[in-house]
Amino acid sequence: MFKFRHSIAMGFIAFALLTGQNALAQEKSIVVASTTSTQDSGLFGHLLPLFKAKTGIDVRVISQGTGQALDTGRRGDADVVFVHARSQEEKFVADGFGVKRFPVMYNDFILIGPKNDPAKVNGSKDIAAALVKIKNAGALFISRGDKSGTHAAELNLWKIAGIDIAKDKGPWYRDIGQGMGAALNTASASNAYVLADRGTWLSFKNRGDLMISVEGDKRLFNQYGVILVSPAKHPHVKKDLAQSFIDWLISPEGQKAIDDFKVGGEQLFFPNAYTPGA
Amino acid sequence: MFSSAFWMLVTGDPGLYRIIGLSLYVSLTATLIAAAIGLPLGALLALKEFPGRNVVTIIINAMMGMPPVVVGLMVFLLLSRSGPLGSLGLLFTPRAMIIAQAILIIPIIAALARQTIADIWVQYRDELAAMNIGTAGSIATLLWDGRFSLLTALLAGFGRACAEVGAVIIVGGNIDGFTRMMTTAIALETSKGDLPLAIGLGGVLILIVIAINALAWTIGRTGERLAGAA
Amino acid sequence: MRAPESDLPLQFDRVQYDAGNRRILDIGSLGISGGAPTAIVGPNGAGKTTLLRISMGLLAPSAGRVTWGGRQNVAPVRRAFLFQRPVMLMRSAAGNIDYALASIKASRGERRQRISDLLTLVGLPGFENRPARRLSGGEQQRLALARSLARDPELLLLDEPTASLDPAAAKSVEDVLRAIAGRGVKIVISTHDLGTARRLAGDVVLLHRGQIVEHSASEIFFKQPLTKEARRFQAGDLLI
Repeated sequence: MFKFRHSIAMGFIAFALLTGQNALAQEKSIVVASTTSTQDSGLFGHLLPLFKAKTGIDVRVISQGTGQALDTGRRGDADVVFVHARSQEEKFVADGFGVKRFPVMYNDFILIGPKNDPAKVNGSKDIAAALVKIKNAGALFISRGDKSGTHAAELNLWKIAGIDIAKDKGPWYRDIGQGMGAALNTASASNAYVLADRGTWLSFKNRGDLMISVEGDKRLFNQYGVILVSPAKHPHVKKDLAQSFIDWLISPEGQKAIDDFKVGGEQLFFPNAYTPGA
Repeated sequence: MFSSAFWMLVTGDPGLYRIIGLSLYVSLTATLIAAAIGLPLGALLALKEFPGRNVVTIIINAMMGMPPVVVGLMVFLLLSRSGPLGSLGLLFTPRAMIIAQAILIIPIIAALARQTIADIWVQYRDELAAMNIGTAGSIATLLWDGRFSLLTALLAGFGRACAEVGAVIIVGGNIDGFTRMMTTAIALETSKGDLPLAIGLGGVLILIVIAINALAWTIGRTGERLAGAA
Repeated sequence: MRAPESDLPLQFDRVQYDAGNRRILDIGSLGISGGAPTAIVGPNGAGKTTLLRISMGLLAPSAGRVTWGGRQNVAPVRRAFLFQRPVMLMRSAAGNIDYALASIKASRGERRQRISDLLTLVGLPGFENRPARRLSGGEQQRLALARSLARDPELLLLDEPTASLDPAAAKSVEDVLRAIAGRGVKIVISTHDLGTARRLAGDVVLLHRGQIVEHSASEIFFKQPLTKEARRFQAGDLLI
């Protein structure tokens, strides 16, 4: 006959299942809060097996926008942050949430646009001029609007172009508040311009009529840095495991692994841990 | 269009099977926990008069439509290292996803169970009173005798758990090989612009949900026939 | 453990029961003690079911006192009820009886034998594994009777147990009741079938418009009724 003890038993089974999973969680693992660009491009899929083979450490990557990833670090929910917005990273360390910032690699941003090029910017190497043309033509532009590194870079480029986007934006400027992939999907569906990181673009499959409009401007440089979350602020941070991941990334071996990573024969990220001032 | 995901299914792609396995593990465990809480709760609401019962019933009915993102956010703030339960270190683990899904579907199971049990209670009330069965005993009896109808409530809960993405992506983090499930993988593939793979995964998800429903339905009908229910 | 106190005699004292502003039952005094079965007779709507439900403790009277063995508010441990349309639990025939046995905490070892004995008593030998809900109306009625008896009552209340049965099925239920009464269980049965009352009852209560019109021994009630209403009721006249 059915009794309450059956439902209690069910509860215990559920609890056992839960704690069973916990045993797995006790393995050597760290949590890295990173950006969609590193994840979606497949870089981590290339790096992490190499790192795991060498150290046995499982790296669990949460891919978020840079702003959100830093916030995850600030709350203590990650051991390492691996992002691309230098001024925000420096503030993160200055505020005591991170131990030290190490430059790792760079890639570049590119302006993506439709083949029919309503703003007549295709092939240009001047991103500031291109943005002015887009604004003047009222051509559709998709903004991430999610406080990510790419979003921060986009806002900075508008400023460089002499445009106060908060004031000057019109119906042509669409702030979608989502990740890089969603922004590219939106641009593809509406034939709009969008600022993207090259890595995500190269591995993005739903391109439709989109192509690279502007590239090669020095101001489109995109630097990545890695930071250990402060164990002083968050004592549970797995300091040693996390530090060994950072050490590996900036070691000659890790740098070479980044150098080796290619999508469709094209290199996505350029290691520069030893470049002064990166 | 479905081909790539189905090809992975047929060829036994370990990554895909791990994702499917995790989805089933998380959603089934969440359903089990939600059942252990939601079924007795629904039964209690059906047969116990207490002040504020209607208010509780209305709240639970309303919570059936709670957005998963809100649940995810609540659980996130609870389990974050900076939150009240942060020291458990549950955030970004499958257990966090189980907790979020269980919270999400307890109202569904409780509300549907309350309705089912209330219908049976009308018939059983006097008979059980004449046998001097107390509240706890009555709840157990009604849950058991309503087991085939209650299966529907569990399936509704499981379906919702399986299908939602908003809560698990926040509390699980969509970590490859650890907290990536069917729905979060679909969201990820969509964001990578790999729409065929995303659709294919969606098709696989639908197939799995159909298979589980068919299994439960068959068990329910067979049991019902053997027990001689209407 | 203390031996359970008896529920008998069952005593009604100025009991009234109102539904809305209608008085369903108004009984000055009624005492029921052990012995031969008591039949409650009367036309539809006379208050027979209400009287039985109050006797069981399923309904609380609007006014007055009901006592079992001199005590008020006694849980239904030593009495059982057979409803006019009993509800079968969604289990086997044996499962239904086992449920009642478990409710009085009968030991597991003793249950199997009791189930078999009870099924035989009500004329359903070998029905253990049959799904209760798939039995016919008469079989369900007898299974419900076995389930009531499983609780080992000293007082068994039955609400029109034969009303929806064909004559043969009704007869077999009556036979079982006679056997139970012979074992010392006090039976109170409501019926509008005078034949049943005549064959079973030691005393008869005639209820009309919620009031007791006559309460007398069976031979008096049927041979020399004391009241005009009893004569007319037996003659088949409508009591309105």
